[in-house]
Amino acid sequence: MVDRINAPVKFRGGGFAPKKIRFTGLIVFAVLIAFWEFGSRTGFISALVLPAPSEAFAAFMELARSGMLVKHLSASLQRVLIGWSLGASLGVLAGISIGLFSLARSGLLPLVSALFPVPKIALLPLFVIWFGIGEGSKVATILFGTFFPTIIATYSGIDNIDRSLIRMGQSFGMSWISIVRKIIIPGAMPAILSGFRISASIAIILLVAAEMIGAEYGIGAYILLAGSLMQTDQLIAGVAILSLMGLAFAWVIGRAEKILLAWR
Amino acid sequence: MRLHFEKISHQYDDVEVLSDISFATSEGEIITIIGPSGCGKSTLLRLAGGLEIARSGKVLQSGKLPQGSLNPLTYIFQDFALLPWRTVRGNISLVLEDHRLSKTQRDEIIDDVLSRTSLGEFANAWPRQLSGGMKQRVAIARALSVTPAVMLMDEPLSALDAQTRAILMDDLVSLWTREKFSALYVTHNLDEAVRLGHRIVVLSRRPGRIREIVSIDISIDERDNYPLEMTQYRNQLWELMRDEALAADRELVHG
Ligand SMILES: Nc1ncnc2c1ncn2[C@@H]1O[C@H](COP(=O)(O)OP(=O)(O)O)[C@@H](O)[C@H]1O
Ligand SMILES: [Mg+2]
Repeated sequence: MVDRINAPVKFRGGGFAPKKIRFTGLIVFAVLIAFWEFGSRTGFISALVLPAPSEAFAAFMELARSGMLVKHLSASLQRVLIGWSLGASLGVLAGISIGLFSLARSGLLPLVSALFPVPKIALLPLFVIWFGIGEGSKVATILFGTFFPTIIATYSGIDNIDRSLIRMGQSFGMSWISIVRKIIIPGAMPAILSGFRISASIAIILLVAAEMIGAEYGIGAYILLAGSLMQTDQLIAGVAILSLMGLAFAWVIGRAEKILLAWR
Repeated sequence: MRLHFEKISHQYDDVEVLSDISFATSEGEIITIIGPSGCGKSTLLRLAGGLEIARSGKVLQSGKLPQGSLNPLTYIFQDFALLPWRTVRGNISLVLEDHRLSKTQRDEIIDDVLSRTSLGEFANAWPRQLSGGMKQRVAIARALSVTPAVMLMDEPLSALDAQTRAILMDDLVSLWTREKFSALYVTHNLDEAVRLGHRIVVLSRRPGRIREIVSIDISIDERDNYPLEMTQYRNQLWELMRDEALAADRELVHG
């Protein structure tokens, strides 16, 4: 009991609202790399276990100077971009059909549910037989890997559209195609774009896996070679390139969200 | 144009929702439909505009359409149903784009309805920037843009707070005074029904039947001048509704 008058009411609200503090992420990065460099220089981190960041950077510069960076990077980017854009666009089309048509839903959805959880890497040998050891099998792995998550993102986005908006469109006599173009697709767009975020990172994972089989050029091939020669500095450089690639994709999708979802 | 309801009955699965509804609208008349929640008011409105088909009975149209009517039976929904990814202008444009209109004609219509609903300065706002009352004004502007013959309004003010509701009711009264639109106006709010209805159709609890149709002979724009009479109408309707509302309230929810 409070018997003293004027006792202030204790504050118990607030919290549970994490905010972004500028530059904190950058500082964490810098501190971590500085600590790592320091550890390597003092021998606290053995060069056998982990090369110093400066060595990895030197390996990267060497790669760039020799002109191999462009070769590896362009081979990888080409595979990822072709595989991902085919997988994502076919996935959006299939997802829209599942979202709109009973026949597609009944026919395709069980298939999608059955194939989605299969790691596409397991199918890689099969893709090699079907599409050849060259570009075909690599693109196909990425295509299949991004196809299914995009389908699921798209049709569940459509399923979650406010039905009253569709009813509104019908009540104004809008044509079927107008309802799809102007209500259903924009309504599913947030879900489709967040599906793209997921499928872009899946694409990078599958890229590396696919490039580890019979690829002359590609970041994955470079990492595999570095690993088998115990060139850990090159390996770290390759991993950093992949990480930058992922960040670049995320940035592009973020831009697309800013533009396409300006209404939010 | 008039809408005739002829012996409308409707079921969902084995739940009877509406039973033997017959009445007709007249031109320039607002009919308010009032009844306890779940009595089938929204269903009746969906049947009226062709969004659903009655199990038995018919909804018929007669008479001439207003000139340039693009969508004779036009809804105004309780939840506004504005596309969040289109501006105020874009939301109105949406319902015109499927019609054979040039861009100029479309812009003229949009500007016209925006000024009739005093929304001009909000033309480029996003729905998320608007208050509930403003959103419903946009929905009204959108409905006016297709020159409806009968407006089908399903609890258009129910999502709004009491003050906003009073303001929008005034807006509707002045809109009717200027334009003499015809409407079926569903509500569960007695004040709205009495304020806006030329005739008030009182439905029973589910299955909704017509208990009574009450005509109010005082012109809509003059009702403020007859507080005594309006109170009498209100009390008469409340007498009709009270038992139904009580009984409906004590019913178990189906399903
Ligand atoms: N699509 C539907 N399927 C099954 N039952 C429905 C459907 N729509 C409405 N109902 C039922 O019909 C009854 C009347 O609904 P409704 O017309 O929305 O009532 P009101 O608008 O008067 O509150 C309710 O019991 C509701 O649960
Ligand atoms: Mg209702």
